[in-house]
Amino acid sequence: MMHTFKGGMHITDSKAYTNKLPIQTMSAGDLLYYPLQQHVGVMLSPVVSVGDSVKIGQLIADSDAFISAPIHASVSGTVKDIGLYPHPSGVKMQSIVIENDHQDAVDPSVQPMDDYFNYTHDQLIKIIRDAGIVGMGGAGFPTHVKLSPPPDKKIDYVIVNGAECEPYLTSDHRVMLETPDDIIYGLKTLMYILGLKSGYIGIEANKQDAIETLRKHIDADEYKQINIVPLKTKYPQGSEKHLIKAITKRSVPSGGLPADVGAIVVNIDTCAAITRKLKTGMPLIRRIVTISGDAISTPKNVSVPIGVPFKELIENAGGFSQEPKKIIMGGPMMGMAQHNLDTPVVKGTSALLCLTTDVSLFDTTGNCIRCSRCVSACPMRLAPLFLKKNVLAENYEECERYNIMDCLECGLCSYVCPSRQHPLQYIRMGKAQITENKRRGGQK
Amino acid sequence: MSENTIFRVSSSPHIATNETTSRIMADVLIALMPCVIVGTFLFGIRALAVVLTSAAAAMFFEWAYQKITKQKITTGDLSAAVTGVLLALALPPTIPLFMVIIGDLFAIVIVKQLFGGIGCNFVNPALAARAFMVAAWSAPMTASYATPFMSGPDAITSATPLAILKGTAAEGIMPSITEAFMGIKAGCIGEVSGIMILVGFVYLLIRGVISYKSTVTYLVVFAALTYLFGKTPFSLEFTLYSLLTGTVLFGSVFMITDYTTSPSTDKGRYVFAAGCALLTFLIRRFGGYPEGFTYAVLLMNICVPFIDKYMIPKKFGARKKAEQKQ
Repeated sequence: MMHTFKGGMHITDSKAYTNKLPIQTMSAGDLLYYPLQQHVGVMLSPVVSVGDSVKIGQLIADSDAFISAPIHASVSGTVKDIGLYPHPSGVKMQSIVIENDHQDAVDPSVQPMDDYFNYTHDQLIKIIRDAGIVGMGGAGFPTHVKLSPPPDKKIDYVIVNGAECEPYLTSDHRVMLETPDDIIYGLKTLMYILGLKSGYIGIEANKQDAIETLRKHIDADEYKQINIVPLKTKYPQGSEKHLIKAITKRSVPSGGLPADVGAIVVNIDTCAAITRKLKTGMPLIRRIVTISGDAISTPKNVSVPIGVPFKELIENAGGFSQEPKKIIMGGPMMGMAQHNLDTPVVKGTSALLCLTTDVSLFDTTGNCIRCSRCVSACPMRLAPLFLKKNVLAENYEECERYNIMDCLECGLCSYVCPSRQHPLQYIRMGKAQITENKRRGGQK
Repeated sequence: MSENTIFRVSSSPHIATNETTSRIMADVLIALMPCVIVGTFLFGIRALAVVLTSAAAAMFFEWAYQKITKQKITTGDLSAAVTGVLLALALPPTIPLFMVIIGDLFAIVIVKQLFGGIGCNFVNPALAARAFMVAAWSAPMTASYATPFMSGPDAITSATPLAILKGTAAEGIMPSITEAFMGIKAGCIGEVSGIMILVGFVYLLIRGVISYKSTVTYLVVFAALTYLFGKTPFSLEFTLYSLLTGTVLFGSVFMITDYTTSPSTDKGRYVFAAGCALLTFLIRRFGGYPEGFTYAVLLMNICVPFIDKYMIPKKFGARKKAEQKQ
């Protein structure tokens, strides 16, 4: 039986553009941009200055804070500037600019390491931190923090997230097909760190070939330890809480973390990055990006050095075939719209989508007809239509009674709405306002 | 494409279904077609004239109201047409056309537009208009049902099976259960044929327009109450007649599933449908009218805001009360 959760819905996956295309390797152009915040947590400080020469894999920015992840140069060259440059979130952010000398000289610190079982847990967590590894599904939560749960939380499950439920995205799918051993080795490393005898890889059923490939690469004695779990193809199956629910039947409590139910979820590419660090010594300097959408000439999956501006990705994919109306970093359901193609690839860039339709131009002046499709679709089982109504009325107490803060912003309510009410936009407004009110209330 | 193109940004999601309000309403109209066709077949072209007049009048009044009040014209969403057809199908086939038009005026302007238009009316416009018409013209609305295949200028009217069941009509011939299911009986244009209503129901389910939950809850509760406490208790035949006559079947598919005037959560829908069933039963059993559906649903429509307020679905990962106190 296929594992899944209640709520959510199947949406057109649009993955056929790229799911059969092997990952190509792309080299960087002349200038690369490294924003100092590519993760959840404290912003980094540069450890290089303008004019310094750097090599591939060299540390360029770091922080003393626990919740942070360092950044490394993905090319060799010279630090050209440190200043404000575009960031995918839409703001300008302090960034390091490196001029590529195209020598591809590797930093001497990059040396293959021993097998994971030759290190202690603490050593491995430090290795992962120093490699700058973060959750590469988009949010960018530092992986070493995830792997250091509070001592009172007993962890029973480590789950690698191969659901990839967002439409268009195929990067994780390709990684599973092309480097299954890296994922299995990475999962075994995670199991070792957490002291677990078993681990799970959850994969949506629309990636049957990935399920079979991974199963083939598990040898007999590992078979009992590593479970490949087929999941029903349904959005948002890749949401941490819903993946845990599908595999363990446990519900992460409202406001809680996966560790509260003894589970830790790690992204596919993150898992592979841990293996790469151990086997080659190379920190996180590249990631797999799906370039797709109906406005791009040759959609593809590419391994891209972090720091490459989006416009080079688009050139690499043959440019635009039609005039795009919307450029999105990440998936179409939760990704961020981009206004500027000078913005660079960061650790959380899973995809770059160029679409010819812009749903924000749809007519939204109709009334809500109370069809309640948003209520049936909501994977958190909220009632988006009432949330929107109460946010508009600035009735925040009522919003909280309707559990507004539990919204995970998956976007389904706006997706299903036949009268284009875009409830999510109002829910975001409401959440921000409630957080702001609480902050102010706390200061008094 | 120039180097410095600035692209439009907006908050996610960046894709949407192609489902729209007008497509949903068109689906409802399609689901109503079997009832229209069988109504025309049974009661002649006069019945079709009622349906077409009503749909046209409803669309016109919506357009005219929005034109006069300088609002955006929304007749394109087809919801007015749905109201018009629903009202027509719940009327006797011999109803004078001017009454139909005034009924539509009431439904669209008073019930729907004055409260803010689509999505804002607190009772079902078609049902409210029907209740208004019963109050305004009680004889043509309740007593003049044409016998199938006998309509025309000299239509023979006969008592409805429901009135016979109730005992308010002195005499009449009861149709067999099969006839009642097929629709060969006196009654409102669209309500007589159980089989055609079911065809529409199945279509709506396949298209995902409505869920089966309200309809099934309503029918099960109503049948159970009638079987246990009806005028003839523990009679399967009486229960089946009760289900197949009057508005019960038609209304449970097309009226209590109306988005605007029914609750938004599954829990709420069960309460709403069960409440409608209970009230229908009480009015039919103890009230003065043979049919209780219209008033039952109108009363429950008024309760919808309260149901919605208290029937909040249990959220994912809800903590138990004991845990919250900690």
